[in-house]
Amino acid sequence: MTKGKVAGVVSNLITIEAEGPVTQNEICLILSEGKRLKAEVIKVKENIASAQLFESSRTIKIGSEVEFTGRMLEVELGPGILSKRYDGLQSDLSKMGGMIIDMGEVTAPVVEDKLYTFKPLAKAGDRVKAGDWLGSVQENWVDHKIMAPFNLEGEYKVVSVAEPGQYKITDVMATLLSEDKEKLPVTMRQRWPVKLAINRFDNKLRPYNILQTGLRVIDTFNPIAEGGTGYIPGPFGTGKTVLQQAIAKNSQADIVIIAACGERANEVVEIFTEFPQLTDATTGRKLDEKITIICNTSNMPVAAREASVYVGMTLAEYYRNMGLKVLMLADSTSRWAQALREMSNRMEELPGPDAFPVELPATIANFYSRAGLVVLNNGQTGSVTFIGTVSPAGGNFKEPVTESTSKVARCFYALSQKRADAKRYPAIDSLASYSKYLDYPEFITDADANIQSGWTQLVKRAKDLVRTGIEAKDQINILGDDAVPIAYHIGFWKSEVIDFALIQQDSFDDVDMNTPLERQKYMLNKVMEIGDKNFTFSDFEEVGTYFKKLINLLKQMNYSAFKSPGFEKYENELDQVLLSNQVTMQEENSQVV
Amino acid sequence: MKTKAFQRIYTKISKITKATCEIKASGVRYGELAWVNDRPAQAISVTNDSVTLQVFAGTEGIASKSEVVFSGMPPTLNVSDLLAGRFLDGYGDPIDGGPKLVGEKRLINGPAVNPVKRAKPSTLLATGIAGIDLNNTLVTGQKIPFFADPDQPYNQVLAEVAMRAEADKIILGGMGLSNDDYLFFKNTFANAGVLDKIVSFINTSEDPPLERLLIPDMACTAAEYFANDQQQNVLVLLTDMTLYADALAIVANKMDQIPSKDSMPGSLYSDLASIYEKSIQFVHGGSITIIAVTTLNEGDITHAIPDNTGYITEGQLFLKHDTDIGKVIVDPFRSLSRLKQNVIGKKTREDHPQVMNALIRLYADSVEANTNRENWFDLN
Repeated sequence: MTKGKVAGVVSNLITIEAEGPVTQNEICLILSEGKRLKAEVIKVKENIASAQLFESSRTIKIGSEVEFTGRMLEVELGPGILSKRYDGLQSDLSKMGGMIIDMGEVTAPVVEDKLYTFKPLAKAGDRVKAGDWLGSVQENWVDHKIMAPFNLEGEYKVVSVAEPGQYKITDVMATLLSEDKEKLPVTMRQRWPVKLAINRFDNKLRPYNILQTGLRVIDTFNPIAEGGTGYIPGPFGTGKTVLQQAIAKNSQADIVIIAACGERANEVVEIFTEFPQLTDATTGRKLDEKITIICNTSNMPVAAREASVYVGMTLAEYYRNMGLKVLMLADSTSRWAQALREMSNRMEELPGPDAFPVELPATIANFYSRAGLVVLNNGQTGSVTFIGTVSPAGGNFKEPVTESTSKVARCFYALSQKRADAKRYPAIDSLASYSKYLDYPEFITDADANIQSGWTQLVKRAKDLVRTGIEAKDQINILGDDAVPIAYHIGFWKSEVIDFALIQQDSFDDVDMNTPLERQKYMLNKVMEIGDKNFTFSDFEEVGTYFKKLINLLKQMNYSAFKSPGFEKYENELDQVLLSNQVTMQEENSQVV
Repeated sequence: MKTKAFQRIYTKISKITKATCEIKASGVRYGELAWVNDRPAQAISVTNDSVTLQVFAGTEGIASKSEVVFSGMPPTLNVSDLLAGRFLDGYGDPIDGGPKLVGEKRLINGPAVNPVKRAKPSTLLATGIAGIDLNNTLVTGQKIPFFADPDQPYNQVLAEVAMRAEADKIILGGMGLSNDDYLFFKNTFANAGVLDKIVSFINTSEDPPLERLLIPDMACTAAEYFANDQQQNVLVLLTDMTLYADALAIVANKMDQIPSKDSMPGSLYSDLASIYEKSIQFVHGGSITIIAVTTLNEGDITHAIPDNTGYITEGQLFLKHDTDIGKVIVDPFRSLSRLKQNVIGKKTREDHPQVMNALIRLYADSVEANTNRENWFDLN
């Protein structure tokens, strides 16, 4: 093991004089006042290594001893990760003793003495590769696969697998034999460096099916596919975090990993206190059972910001390899980029735009590409869907983090200040936002088969109606209410129907907060029935009054349980109101706009 | 005199800039406090045998053979109940003519509280100001700034909030405060007879700008003593955080750092967050609430300082001069208290959310009607 001595300290950048070979991204431990502080090597020049310290550097003296570990930053993988609250380096926060996080405090990510019920999946004589399933244990309600270690190269022969029974994560669950006849014991636990993707699968597919989030403005208008990527940029106060939390609560993912990266501590506290009380709509189990939170709040060490998103992604990939649908959320990726900027700046590198490091676009692209829908070696599929928030400086999307992200993320959810000011939540601008999956032939075919024939076309027509409505509103604002044809008012109010009945959603209402796809399908068809219908009015004031009635009934429907008596009552009323406004053939011909 | 016996004295300064000086010295820690010719300074870069010191009082008149002494410690504050009623400077030394502080020496800018040990802030902080209590209800443990143009009476509003809020202790951190405003705060506290529950850390515009850098951390350290050790409800007032950020920019610039947006250092977000995140609701009942002032340039909130602040704080209170009524109001549209959901209708009147929404809507309608009238439309 290489040793070294501290030669310089500038904030969290430590320069170390090494006495032997040093590897880029290797973890080193700085001995200071009896504590071992973790740092990651980010630059090597001759015998001088620069390392970013994951702690405060206040106690470090010049000449302090340093140990290089020879390993990159790793996470521990095994049963017991779900429902945990980790810090950016995967220390279990709830196991820390004091009120204040002590410098250098490390706690175990998973418990070693807990017993898990094991079921073998492989048998002696089977040939396996890295990531193949050897057995499974029950973790909460998840069937947690025990896999052949990810770091294996080539094929191994299974010599033995443990009998069904109760085991600890440190017990040997299987023994493998390499081609060189070397025996390898496998436990439930393994380690993996976070900066490397776990690429232990057969192939990656183009995403083709929807991952339901329960939010109409996403699922109906700009759906995210399973294994897809999306990003949510928005100025402060537009509801990025609330939106991401709503997605975490309502999505149909099997596992949700949340990386709270450089954001407010009170927001994390809210998740901590609220999520354990919630029930998962899909499984009926406690929501907390399928969620792991990695938190590096804005007052925690800056260097661990970067680590926190990588730790989250690696945990997501681990569960994906069990054939699960994993949703990974990061809030906010801008804080991670800022952490990179701080380090780059201290190392006196030549800066790119806005003083960000020049490799920022590549770093972001590389990270987003770790999401995906994969076919595992055994033919089953697993996926990591990634949604990151971006906090653009000054609310201006022409800044490096937003721009770099827009090039790699396939879905874009634009939060608009105007909608937030008007309290139209979620404040997603449905027109500025996009989902490239709506144009994927695979996606269109899948939606035709599994939602309804012509679904994506219907969605596009709904968007057209919103666009027409906004244009009509502009005209009305310029020319005045009575100076435009009544058809303009009708067009505007049709878009308001779509806005109020579909796009807006009450995340504080028990029913409205989560709309399953089946119900979204019903609502879109209902609303498009109104959108396609011709109406007749004698003056513009009538238009508003009439449509407000429709909107009110549709909202009441949204607040009622689907197909409940209350829901059907409002539905009937709505049909009556629609029937009450009929257009004669003659009027219809004259109404072509 | 700050020096003690047997301390090493260095006398060979190798580089002097307007804010920093460099010296050859060994065994120094990052962040350690030092004195250059008795002027307090802090180590902001330490390499093999060379130390860069930021001299808080400025380097005017520092000779290359000045005496430099290291304290062996980062800046500290002596905490005890005796803090109450005192007026102190950025180093925690009295400016009120009173005796030197005694008490436990605490490092300022300490480590973060474990997020799983925090409680959810859900106690109402009433201020008696309708624009706040009704539309932007505050909660203990919250952090929120006033966004105000420099010509607005933000310090008066801040004092008003402080006097009306129910807090066990009020810690005032004044950065670049004009002497008039300093005396205003002092008189207000004295007249209200509440001096015994106030602690003030004051840097006026007459003091060196870099001394401002210590004020928020000093204030928060005092706040943590009362809130955590004494389990009190503490209100921290920080004015003006824009001047604090400007001081950060000066140091970054003298350190040859590459500036990011608006000439601010790239670490501005983390620097501000480390202060604002000291606001907390402890499980044992103590709390720290931070109300700050961020002055704006012609209402521009896209500038790096208010922009980063907005991403950190739990809402913002916009001061606006309403020309129709000739008064300064808390702008109902642009202001926001993110934590109000935790209390309104629960700790306040049951119909609070409805009343609030109805009033905002009415206000919005009246603004729209006004615009329409100005555009010569008929009102309907």
